[in-house]
Amino acid sequence: MDPECAQLLPALCAALTDPRQPVADDTCLEKLLDWFKTLTEAGSSLQLLQDSPCLVELLLQVPKAPGLSPRVLAFSLRLAGLLAAQEDCFQFLQQGELLPGLFGEAGPLGGAAWTAPTVRSGWIQGLRSLAQHPSALHFLADLGALDTVVSLQGDSSLFVASAAGQLLAHLLGLSLRGQAEGSPGPQVCDWPASAQRIVGHIEESLCSPAAPRVTQALNVLTTTFGHCHQLWAQVLWARLSPLAACLLEKDPVPAAHSLVDLLLSAARSPALSSDRSRWETVAQALGRLSPAHAGPLALGLLTLQDCPQALSAQAFTVLLQPLACVLKAATQAPGPPGLPAGPEGDPAVADALLSSRSACVGLLCQTLAHLELLQPLPQRPAPWPQAPLLGAAVTVLRFCNGSAVPASGSDVGGRLCAILAGCVRVQRAALGFLGALSADTGPPELVTQVFAVLLDYLQSPDSSPTVLKKAFQATLRWLLSARTPPGCCDLDPPTQLLLRELLPVLQRRLCSPCWEVRDSGLEFLTQVVGCWAGQAGFRHALLASEVPQLAQQLLQDPESYVRASAVTAVGQLSSRGLPATPAGPEHPGGPQKSLLPELLHVLAADSEGFPRRAAMQVFTQWLRDGHAEVAEDTERFVARVLQAASRDLDWEVRAQGLELARVFLEQTLGQPGSRCPYAVAAPEAAAPGRVAQALRAACRVQLVEFAFRALFDYDRPVAQKSCDLLLFLRDQAAPWDSLQEARGSPDVASVEAALRRWRAGEQGQPLGPLEPEAVLAVLRSMDLEGLRGALAESSDHVERNPQSLLQDMLATVGILGDNEADCY
Amino acid sequence: MKLYCLSGHPTLPCNVLKFKSTTIMLDCGLDMTSTLNFLPLPLVQSPRLSNLPGWSLKDGNVFLDKELKECSGHVFVDSVPEFCLPETELIDLSTVDVILISNYHCMMALPYITEHTGFTGTVYATEPTVQIGRLLMEELVNFTERVPKAQSASLWKNKDTQRLLPSPLKDAVEVSTWRRCYTMQEVNSALSKIQLVGYSQKIELFGAVQVTPLSSGYALGSSNWIIQSHYEKVSYVSGSSLLTTHPQPMDQASLKNSDVLVLTGLTQIPTANPDGMVGEFFSNLALTVRNGGNVLVPCYPSGVIYDLLECLYQYIDSAGLSSIPFYFISPVANSSLEFSQIFAEWLCHNKQTKVYLPEPPFPHAELIQTNKLKHYPSIHGDFSNDFRQPCVVFTGHPSLRFGDVVHFMELWGKSSLNTVIFTEPDFSYLEALAPYQPLAMKCIYCPIDTRLNFIQVSKLLKEVQPLHVVCPEQYTQPPPAQAHRMDLMIDCQPPPMSYRRAEVLALPFKRRYEKIEIMPELADSLVPMEMKPGVSLATVSAVLHTKDNKHALQPPPRPIQPTGGKKRKRVTDDIPDCKVLKPLLSGSIPVEQFVQTLEKHGFSDIKVEDTAKGHIVLLQEAETLIQIEEDSTHIICDNDEMLRVRLRDLVLKFLQKF
Repeated sequence: MDPECAQLLPALCAALTDPRQPVADDTCLEKLLDWFKTLTEAGSSLQLLQDSPCLVELLLQVPKAPGLSPRVLAFSLRLAGLLAAQEDCFQFLQQGELLPGLFGEAGPLGGAAWTAPTVRSGWIQGLRSLAQHPSALHFLADLGALDTVVSLQGDSSLFVASAAGQLLAHLLGLSLRGQAEGSPGPQVCDWPASAQRIVGHIEESLCSPAAPRVTQALNVLTTTFGHCHQLWAQVLWARLSPLAACLLEKDPVPAAHSLVDLLLSAARSPALSSDRSRWETVAQALGRLSPAHAGPLALGLLTLQDCPQALSAQAFTVLLQPLACVLKAATQAPGPPGLPAGPEGDPAVADALLSSRSACVGLLCQTLAHLELLQPLPQRPAPWPQAPLLGAAVTVLRFCNGSAVPASGSDVGGRLCAILAGCVRVQRAALGFLGALSADTGPPELVTQVFAVLLDYLQSPDSSPTVLKKAFQATLRWLLSARTPPGCCDLDPPTQLLLRELLPVLQRRLCSPCWEVRDSGLEFLTQVVGCWAGQAGFRHALLASEVPQLAQQLLQDPESYVRASAVTAVGQLSSRGLPATPAGPEHPGGPQKSLLPELLHVLAADSEGFPRRAAMQVFTQWLRDGHAEVAEDTERFVARVLQAASRDLDWEVRAQGLELARVFLEQTLGQPGSRCPYAVAAPEAAAPGRVAQALRAACRVQLVEFAFRALFDYDRPVAQKSCDLLLFLRDQAAPWDSLQEARGSPDVASVEAALRRWRAGEQGQPLGPLEPEAVLAVLRSMDLEGLRGALAESSDHVERNPQSLLQDMLATVGILGDNEADCY
Repeated sequence: MKLYCLSGHPTLPCNVLKFKSTTIMLDCGLDMTSTLNFLPLPLVQSPRLSNLPGWSLKDGNVFLDKELKECSGHVFVDSVPEFCLPETELIDLSTVDVILISNYHCMMALPYITEHTGFTGTVYATEPTVQIGRLLMEELVNFTERVPKAQSASLWKNKDTQRLLPSPLKDAVEVSTWRRCYTMQEVNSALSKIQLVGYSQKIELFGAVQVTPLSSGYALGSSNWIIQSHYEKVSYVSGSSLLTTHPQPMDQASLKNSDVLVLTGLTQIPTANPDGMVGEFFSNLALTVRNGGNVLVPCYPSGVIYDLLECLYQYIDSAGLSSIPFYFISPVANSSLEFSQIFAEWLCHNKQTKVYLPEPPFPHAELIQTNKLKHYPSIHGDFSNDFRQPCVVFTGHPSLRFGDVVHFMELWGKSSLNTVIFTEPDFSYLEALAPYQPLAMKCIYCPIDTRLNFIQVSKLLKEVQPLHVVCPEQYTQPPPAQAHRMDLMIDCQPPPMSYRRAEVLALPFKRRYEKIEIMPELADSLVPMEMKPGVSLATVSAVLHTKDNKHALQPPPRPIQPTGGKKRKRVTDDIPDCKVLKPLLSGSIPVEQFVQTLEKHGFSDIKVEDTAKGHIVLLQEAETLIQIEEDSTHIICDNDEMLRVRLRDLVLKFLQKF
């Protein structure tokens, strides 16, 4: 602890124990605890107490001070726990009978303060920190704390209840770990008394008819198996798993959610890896649990690396059952018939699906989300039933838009039809899943059906904007997966067919009155152009449509997000050589209008930040790609863009301006922009001739002035980026000694003067024409590394140091009256 | 209680309810889909239409070629369009006491009913319904009268001939009853029979029933009706909407506790969501106009057009359409736009509050002010001077058989740059377009129907819980084109009763009670006796007075006191007005105790037999029989009056008197 803090601490401790003082807020106390935590982690707690007797005084005073705020009480309990985590410090505090005063009957326990959940929470967290060594166990036993912890499991505050459960699990682990003679016995009856008591309590709870108690016990066990890697976990599992299995016999299964958590925790536990019985329990659970609970369990099992083959097959069947049920309910379900569905599970799933609208929607969404998660995993079941899954996703989507025909005589089909019609949640989930399925191929006739259903959704006026967005995303993924192999120059016929229908839809969507729809349409356009611009068939279809013109018209959209997307889209179209030709039959083959002035106008005049940021990104990309309009006169282009960016109020635009400047510099210095950032060798410095040329160009386009100004930007990321840019420039020019040093010349002096004024906040001062030599001299004279270091510190590093914290807290209680609090 | 169903069209209903002693007609919608069988009436001579070939029978017989013309494989009647009227033979319409109108679309057959059937009753409707209904009728009359057609085809209607015609003419129903449009004179006469009502106003019909209009949320002034007596309630739900558009929201709560709910006027496009359709409408509109094409929107002069104009107002600038002219052409365009602004009390809350600012409730006022929307009575006159292309034209009639729309179809139909967008759901757009084929112009179908869909109906029925639901048969099964959509039908318990055209339904409930009032002085004289806790009885002697379907108990006339001996007594005075009142008896006779009592009084040889209704006590010695039943006791003995009286007194001991 630094001396300044040591000086402030006694006053603060005194203030905290004074009930008349206003209490500092929770965040301050939380920060103070964080600070003590770093102190105790870094060094000896005992030393800390000896150096700061005020802390001991605080802990002594707190239980005695009447009317103390619950926050301070909770803080003290947690602080005591933190300090007592080290055994020597624990002994020290024990000597003073300080700990029983805080955690025992003499403390807040059972008193009026106990009614505050903060205090109960502080008590548990204090004990949780404290319980790190065997002496702590004795202390807790003497205190009789276990009963309190057990009762707090049912606390009205969820935080307290959950913390109590975790403490119990921790204590169990500690008591078994604390065994001096090595590993605990193979029987629970050989275990220490405290461990036996906890196990007894868990057993009792598991047999209880009250569901909340069962839940508590299961949660404790889940935590235990999640953290414990020792052999005693096997003993515990052998003892308690029959009770968990008993729960599965009940109808309905109580606390099913927590039971699933426990089973998954046990399945994942390395300590139980040799125990085969757990798989039996899990298999039993898969058969017994309701589909809504069995789903998460199945997914959990399927993500395991070491799940037995038979069990993962069973889990996969359980996971697929709702979709199998949907497939069965529809006639002419696309694709090969059916998913593997266990005959015994089927009616239960149908019942669950049809019990209510919300249950049906919930179960289907859950299933689709689970399968979407599973799809990309390497350990997903093999063979992966791609075709039936595609069929199921298409069928679900058809039920949702009313085009699925229920199987005749199928009650399920009729009900599904009524439940799912127009259900946005299921539509979104199914479209997400369908998109994920594009990673694998499917039989051509199914792919045709996928395209058909996607087109239906894109065309339907009833698709909500969020559904439409998902439909666009899924379509894009399928289009990308349908890319022709390299060497083949055009698209396959079904894709071309889709394209022919897709572009008119896109056209209409770009004219939608709903801005979200226009926006997702433009995003789709940008992405599809990015991937497909090289395909002749696509280029032809796109240029024949009105999509490029519409995208350009949307640059004037009233919604800023749409304008931003339009900027990105037209930028992409233009860089891929797909410009908008003038609309209307009256200008056939008219002169092509340049896009650059339009985008420059967006950058200079748009009232919102998003379109301007998008314009900067497009410009940077254009510069990188050597876009024709840029290449015409690159310097003029860079000068105009930087001029507009420097005046921008949006820091991201200015930062993007620096990015563009960097690309420009790299290009003029002759460095490929795409050099590998992980290259072992340091980037080679440029040849001196080039450096002079590059510097001159940078001065001409006022890049240097832009960068210097940005160095003193109020927004830290801009200043950092500028610092990096100038460092890059300086390093590149390092070997350039042939030029005479310009240091001391009047030019340099004026630059330095301007920089000083800018640093002082007078940004109005312009910088005259610059010479490369002067720039270099200024760069070399500046402590750019130092500046970078200062900028790397977060902006609140001053406010976050402990001294400032202590001062603030004291200022709140009025002890340091003259300290100016930070005004935010 | 009976329901006579005069129309088979679920959204243009015409039903007659006989309830208590009243005969109430619920709506009188006019089915105009019959006009689709006719050739369009062009405003300007159309060489294409006048040169269509006549139709001849397969055997080459050409006797119909003057009446029927062929166009792109369809056969049309070349005559003044005719409408299919509600059934007039099922019930004598002169006996109808009142007609309740629920919205302006459901009153278009009114002149046919009020002017030609001997109807002498009253019509009830809200003010906006009447005013806008008048506009719709005026437009219809105008459209048909301004293009007079000499020919009136009738040969094809002959039943034997009709059988030989191709579909759909062959299958047209009741063609002999089809009628030409009414005249303005008939409209005025019919409308003069309307009495204006306000929402929640209670209207007594002959004292027998009370009718009340409730807001239905579908159109300006649209209503549902409650028809109730003291103990029965019938709700009539016609075109209703739960969407937030311009009209006052629907009043659902008042529909609760109905014995019967007659449900008509649901959405005609149950699978389309109006919001999505509006989006589709504007997307297509913008796309066409941006390409230099014109947009034609065939529509009614009132209703959805107000909402479309409002959306247009919000969309016009953002879509870069501010330079595009919007034209609204109808003989009643001006009145319709202005009427909509003055019915503030019938509008939704949002629009009502605007009036207090004061601002016009609909933003189309601003569109007109800024010259973005222009309206004209017809394409003649000013319009031809102002007309600029590309443009958007809203005009009628949605059937495409008459009105200015016919001209635009002929004008723009040949170019694929132009688009016709159908927003009204009443006509099949394919049939409407049939006489214009081949057509190069793009056709978009965006039906906007804000009426209740089946999900909303099932929620509504759950909420109001009527005992019985009566609806057109179309609502009891999925639409034929989507037979698997079991969600597209009414699902309620008990299942709804369905009706079809020309059917008479006996509604499934019996009237069991009638309310009778007791005059205060009579009530004062009652002396209730408590029979058991909570139940008191009193005898009443009164005169039942019934007038105007109201029943009242009045005190009986007092006996006239003898006024002295001098005058001669009149004969009637001799008869006492009131006999000495015998007490009323109540209670039951416990058989065992009764037998004991009999034994006590010297009767022996008593035998008791149980019967289905009670007991028979047999006094064998006296050859006497006492028959005790729940509501009667008989003593049967042969000519022994003494014995009978003795036995009677013993029986009476067990009963209470008052």
